[in-house]
Order: sequence, then C-alpha cells, then structure tokens
Amino acid sequence: MTSTLFTDHLAAWLVILPLLCAPVMVLLNRSKLVWLLNLVVSASCLIIALHILWDVSTGTVIHYAMGGWTPPWGIEYRIDGLNALVAVIVSAMATACAVYARKSVEQEISVHVHGLFYAAFQLCFLGLLGIALTGDIFNLFVFLEISSLASYALIAMGRNRKALNSAFHYLILGTLGATFFLIGVGLAFAATGTLNMADMALSLQDAANTPLLLTAFALIVVGVALKAAIYPLHLWLPGAYAYAPSVVSVFLAATATKVAIYVLIRCLFSVFEPDYMLDTFLPDILVVLGGVAILYGSLRAIYQEGMKKMLAYSSVAQIGYMVMGIGFLSAAGLTASLLHMFNHALMKGAMFMAVGLFVYRVNTATFDNLKGMGREMPYTFFAMVLAALSLVGVPGTVGFVSKWQLLQAALENRHWGMVMIILLGSLMAAIYVWKLIEVLYFQQPEKLRVQGVSSGSERIGRSPAGMVIALWVMALGCVYFGLDTDLSLHSAQYAVTELLQGRGN
Amino acid sequence: MTQNSILRTIAKFLLPIILLYAFYVQFHGDYSPGGGFQAGVIFSSAFLLYALVFGLDAAAKVMPDWVLSTVACLGVLLYAGTGIAGMVFGGEFLNYSTLASEPVAGQHLGIILIELGVGLTVASVMLIIFFTFARRIRTQ
Repeated sequence: MTSTLFTDHLAAWLVILPLLCAPVMVLLNRSKLVWLLNLVVSASCLIIALHILWDVSTGTVIHYAMGGWTPPWGIEYRIDGLNALVAVIVSAMATACAVYARKSVEQEISVHVHGLFYAAFQLCFLGLLGIALTGDIFNLFVFLEISSLASYALIAMGRNRKALNSAFHYLILGTLGATFFLIGVGLAFAATGTLNMADMALSLQDAANTPLLLTAFALIVVGVALKAAIYPLHLWLPGAYAYAPSVVSVFLAATATKVAIYVLIRCLFSVFEPDYMLDTFLPDILVVLGGVAILYGSLRAIYQEGMKKMLAYSSVAQIGYMVMGIGFLSAAGLTASLLHMFNHALMKGAMFMAVGLFVYRVNTATFDNLKGMGREMPYTFFAMVLAALSLVGVPGTVGFVSKWQLLQAALENRHWGMVMIILLGSLMAAIYVWKLIEVLYFQQPEKLRVQGVSSGSERIGRSPAGMVIALWVMALGCVYFGLDTDLSLHSAQYAVTELLQGRGN
Repeated sequence: MTQNSILRTIAKFLLPIILLYAFYVQFHGDYSPGGGFQAGVIFSSAFLLYALVFGLDAAAKVMPDWVLSTVACLGVLLYAGTGIAGMVFGGEFLNYSTLASEPVAGQHLGIILIELGVGLTVASVMLIIFFTFARRIRTQ
C-alpha cells in the first residue's frame, strides 16, 4: 500500500513535502538539522519532478483531482510537458541552493531564526512548485501569493538595512501585480463561469470578444508582467536581488521570474487562444518591450558598481530575451523562450552563487572591495567565468544555444531590428562581463586580506566546500547543457508542440 | 490602564464569553457561517483584550512565545496530516470521504479537523503579530 501511496499521488507529494517540512523546521530550529531536512526535501522533490517529466514525455498528461472533487468544479493538477519542465527547473535550483546554503546562511542569518529562514525558503519553493503544477487559475493565484509572501520575508532577512526597504518595495509592487492578476481572474470567471484553465479555454473559444474579456486579458497580462519583472515593470527586481541574503538571491534569480514567465505563457497560449492575442497589439508590444529590456538592462548593468546589482540588471535584460521569444508567436520563438528559462536559471544561479562566495569572504560585493579577489579564489573565479561566458553567449555554453534559437526565430519572422538587438545585447553582455573579470583578476587589491588562517576549529578566509561544489555543479551544467542539448532542447520543443497543438487531453 | 477597576472587571467578565463564542464559531462552522479563520481571530481577540487591560507581561505569561509558535506549526501539521490521512485510506490528498466508513461522516470529520488546524494557526499567528508590534512600541 505504501508504494501506491507514493506512486498514485506523485503530483500531490511535490507540494505536500515542502508544506509538511516547513512547520517541522520551525519546531526543530536546529541549524544543521534544518539544513539537512531542507536538502533532503528539495532533493526528493527533484527526483519526483524528474520522474514526472519522464512520465509526461511519453505523451500522457497527468491529472490529479485534489480532495477527490472532479474538475472543473474542484481543483485539478494537470501536468503536461511544460508544467513538468518548470517543476524540474524549480526543484533542481532548490536542491542546488540547499547544498550551497549551509555556510552562507550560517554567516548571514542569525542562528535563532535559521528554522524560520529555511521554513520560508520551503514555502517559497512550495509556492513556485504549486504554480507550475496546478491547472486551476485561482489556485495559481493562491500559490503565487504563497511564494511572494515567503520571498518578501526572505529578502527582508538580508544583512544590509536596505534589504528591508527593498523587501517593502517588492511587497508593494508584488501585491499590486497580484491584485491586477486577481481582478483579471475574477473578470474571466464572470465571463466564463469556471476557474479551471482547460475548461476556461473551452468556453472562451465560443465567447464573444466583449470588453469584459479584453479587460480581464489586459489585467492578467499586466499583473503577471509585474511579477516577471518585464521592462518597464522591473523596478522591484534590482533592489530585491541585490540586498537579499546570497542564497535567496540565487534561488529567486534562478526561479521566481521564470515561473512568472511560465504563467504568462500559460495564460497567453492555453487559457486565451493565440488567435485572441493576435487581435490585440500585444505580440508587438512584447517584442518591443523585450528588445528595450535587453538594451536597457545591459546598459544599466554596465554602469553598476556592485556585482549583485550588475547581475540583477543583467537579469532584466535576460528576461527581455524570453519575452521577445513569446512575442514572436512562433514555435521557434517559444522554444527559445523556454530553453532560455532553463539555461538562464543555470547561468544566473551560478553567477549569484559565485557572488555569494565572494560575499562570504569579503562581506561585500562592491567592485572596490573585490579587486584582485579572483586570483585569491581561483576555483570560484573560473566557475564564475564559465557562467559569465554563458551570459555572453559564447559557443559551447548554454547561453549560445538559447540565443541561437532566438536568433533563428527572429530571422524566421523577419524581425531584422530584433536580430540586431539580440546581437547588440550579447556585445553589451561581453562588456559588463569583461568589467567583472578585469576587476576580479587584473586589478590590484587595495587592502590586505586574511588568507587561510586557522583559529580554533575554523579556518578563516577559506571558501566552504559545499558552496564551491554547488557552484561548480551549476557552472559545469552551463557547459554540459551547452554541448549536449538533448534533454533541455527536446523537453522545450516537446512542451511547445503540446502547447500549440491546443488543449487535447 | 491596569489600575482601572471598571475595565478590569468588564474584561474579566467578557473574556470567557469571547472564548466561548470563538469555540462556537469554530465547532459549529460546518453547519453555520464561521470556521477556523474567523474563530481563530475571535479567540486571539480575547487574549488581545487581556494584554490591553492587564499588560503585555501578564499576557506573555499566559501565552509564552514558544507555545504560540509551536501551536502555529501544529495547526499546519494537523491540516496537512488530515490531507495525508485521506491519501492513506485510499483517496486523494484532502479527500475526507475516506476518513470514516461513510463518505458523509468522513466529510464531517475531515472538515472539523481541517478547520481546527486553520483555527489553531490563525489564532496563534494573530497573537504573534500583535506581540511583535506591541514589543517594538514598548522598547522605543
């Protein structure tokens, strides 16, 4: 019976495990124990998510009716290739963060709130997984709120006082976005009488194009765009990423905006018909905004004086690539977006992990204090260079694969201007990445730094093994998935064909 | 305020009534308007009144922090546990019909347990929020 208890309910366990372990963590509140639990739960979720991805890649769609209430009345988890791909990205990043977290959290968060910290981390993880799995649009909103509330708390735990300010800023904008989304969902519910996404799509097919529907559509898109930090709604992102604790920066940069992009794709292509979008001028807006985001984000990144802010603005630019791919409205464009979702999670995760290591050693991530640090921390530095080359899009790295796909999509649609922007974006990325490498490797340090001194049982000035291992796994992932695109490209392509085929069962 | 005998007397008189009403809203929630969330808020308001009239320290003695955070966690665990119990007995997550021999009785039992979990968590989290803010003001 125990075996069916797990195999029949795989989809549900993915959400139940983090839900169960969050309160247990608060009760335990022992740093090492909680960290271990976090690692075990995240890794189990990764295994389950991979299993689900394997299951759905044969063409089946997993349906799970929560509480036994039959859809469309009850909440249904409906998992196809796209859902599974997002769930795998989220749980893989959570696992990598869990490996990375211990020393970094020990240094940055005071001991008595470790239980609460990891619990909030699990709740954020739970929310993101829930968004990825659910087939009910109101349930999606609830999970969106769970993950957002948890991430506000996580960001506010940053050591810098500005963390509070950034968290509050994010809270205001995030709540605005969620409210827009909720009003949109409410209007769509008024128009269709259902909250189940597949069912809503069915009734939207014959629904007349009323102002009510158009308003719902606009509100949903704007709400999600705020969450996804699509230019010009990105204002919360740089502060939130820059002042959050290192682990949180890694996790949010690698997953939170990606999941919001997934919601956008789901709403545009599964709930509302792509044809519906064609009647509006949204595709053009998305393409243009994507282009502007690439230029603006890269430009701002070049002028930053701190590593975290630079990477945050670079994220704004990278989100631009994904949005542009969606705007092309073609299979190739969508594939590029999804692929970039996965690839960007890898490279930005690795970059922020490297920053976390520098912060661990120098206590700050401003360029002034990091001069010459790359020579003192060669392992960290070279892993970071691999991820940075990905960011630029050098052949042989993941960045190249997804940008190549996006370029092809742009050429296919004859968006010559966008082709130029994509290439220009890569060039600008090369500029800010070079700036980073120059500061870290070629400039002379201004102050003396502590190196490998032993004091008691601790060695000061040495990078913790767990953090370095997690960083290298991510960095090697950047290269591996750049050379062997089988898994990532195929699951992205498969998800897109399923998405465009329409909703079948 | 602690010296005002009218306030103290009225508060002492009201406290059991508020608590009793909270329990009514909690356990009659499956038949009438109410449920765990509302009951939790009403329940916590009794302690709020106590804290306002008799002072924070007295209230913290009745409801220490560790009790509050433990109860908040137990509430969530009760909720999730009920859901898993539904799975163990052969239904889906949160399917209460399988909890008893008869579906209706199972639904009844399930919703009471779920709402109890919600009530425990809401009551304790409301108090945690109150204590957190109240202490900040006092230290300033």
